[in-house]
Amino acid sequence: MIPKLMAPKPMAPARPPFQPSRFVLYLLLFLGAALTLFPFAWMVLTSLKPFAELFSLAFLPESPSLENYQTVLAQTQFGRWFLNSLLVAGVTTLSVLFFDSLVGYTLAKFEFPGKNLIFLLILATLMIPTEMLIIPWYVGVVDLGLINSTPGAYFSVMFPGLISAFGVFLMRQFFDSLPNDLLEAARIDGMSEFGIFWKVALPLVRPALSSLAIFTFLGNYNSFLWPLVVIQKPELRTLPVGVALFSGEAGTQWGLIMAASSLAVIPVLIVFAVFQKQIIEGIVMTGMKG
Amino acid sequence: MTIRQRQTLWAYTFLLLPLLFFLIVRFLPTLSAFRLSLYKYSILNETKPFLGLGNYSRLLGNPVFHKALINIGLYTLIGVPAQIVLGLLTALLLAQVKVFQGLLRSLYLLPYITPVVAAAWIWQWVFSLQFGPVNTVLVLLHLPAQNFLTSPAQALPTTAALVVWQNLGFQIVLFLAGLAAVPRSLYEAADLDGASAWQAFWGVTFPLLNPTIVFSVVTGTISFLQLFTQVINLNFTDQGGPLGSTLSVAVYIYQMAFGRFEMGYAAAMTVALFVIIMFITVFQLRFLTRKFEY
Repeated sequence: MIPKLMAPKPMAPARPPFQPSRFVLYLLLFLGAALTLFPFAWMVLTSLKPFAELFSLAFLPESPSLENYQTVLAQTQFGRWFLNSLLVAGVTTLSVLFFDSLVGYTLAKFEFPGKNLIFLLILATLMIPTEMLIIPWYVGVVDLGLINSTPGAYFSVMFPGLISAFGVFLMRQFFDSLPNDLLEAARIDGMSEFGIFWKVALPLVRPALSSLAIFTFLGNYNSFLWPLVVIQKPELRTLPVGVALFSGEAGTQWGLIMAASSLAVIPVLIVFAVFQKQIIEGIVMTGMKG
Repeated sequence: MTIRQRQTLWAYTFLLLPLLFFLIVRFLPTLSAFRLSLYKYSILNETKPFLGLGNYSRLLGNPVFHKALINIGLYTLIGVPAQIVLGLLTALLLAQVKVFQGLLRSLYLLPYITPVVAAAWIWQWVFSLQFGPVNTVLVLLHLPAQNFLTSPAQALPTTAALVVWQNLGFQIVLFLAGLAAVPRSLYEAADLDGASAWQAFWGVTFPLLNPTIVFSVVTGTISFLQLFTQVINLNFTDQGGPLGSTLSVAVYIYQMAFGRFEMGYAAAMTVALFVIIMFITVFQLRFLTRKFEY
């Protein structure tokens, strides 16, 4: 199963229960795609409409302007929120990549008492809903006095995502398929155990690492519930929390809300354009985990 | 030191920090949630009297909680089949085209990577009563305009539709991969046996997609049962409204824990949610998983 994942086969056309003509097929598919994309188009077009045109039902703005964007950027700490999100997502991604591969490697390639139990316990954490953890987490960070200092607040937002059980599971599967001879050879050459992991094993699972990286990054960048609960100061908000609270206060100023939403979507679109392949492979890997 | 002892030593050295992490950030908080659920616990109050199962009996008699439970059931019953059927249908169509397959797949995937917060505000605007394009189209077709998110009867399905819209691309990619894994030889065999296209679908494709479908049902159910961000952002000033018609258990927990600071009571709700999710997951895995021999 694993080698197949690393080099996904070209999509063989499965035999469908219905075979419409090529024209109907493309018509349906592009129509579906247009419907899927329509809300985005509406968002961007609305964000470009000046206030006077906002409630006209015309699809295209008559005199497009960037005033909504200027207002959003002037009224909010958008740049700061964006940097906060980048910081949170960046740190958690690096940590997940390092620790998840280290744990996955250990569970795949070492023999030691307690190995299966540890793996099962880590897997079991996947079943715990976040809602169940946030109340104790919150009580914990308040008790430790973390919530009011800036470094404390950043740490509070990040700590739940520093290691992911799902990533451990994924990396273990990939390391499992590595041949032991390779690691043994390095061992005979006198390489340290950490050196074998870092210099021999890790480079061989790069495709898995890049998918894990992009998913962890997007997941933490978009994460909402815990940051909403734990962040107190406006300048420490992550982008989704900032946008939600700003839009909530903006009431019916839809031009501003759509401009803020567009600004929130843009960075993700760039990431998607660059890392599409890894994202799609990542979804395929997720689905094959059973 | 034997090789085995050496391995054990290294393994535990590598695992030390991660194991501490799982202990402190996952297991102890889980136990703590169970413990909190037995107290009248608030971070605002010094005294935290022990209630035993008091929070749970209060929960059993709370109509709002019942409403939230029914709502997440409805979200799941609407959302999971909708996203699987639409995802599978689109994937079946998409699998037949070569040109533009990658492009189309990416277009369908865009809502999936969009931050939920932004998606939810777009959704509100698209479905707004007076200015939304959906109602504009309805009026053009001489159909009555609908309230959608402001109607207690329509708000929940409109919310579920947002989640389906966002998840569709993910489902399509999953099913495309599942379809690609079906061996061509089975279709040829079905052809030789004179099976119709429908028979080939139900006899070959569908059974072989069982692992993908089970995965999709189980993960989809878990996420709908925990629905939060969409509900909060679709009606920010009346979260869970109108009239509690979109209230999910997670949103109710959030309001109870961080709006009213009744953390012990909210913890009891999280325990209930945890038990429900576990029960449903085990049940689904038990009854949906099929082994097919070919």
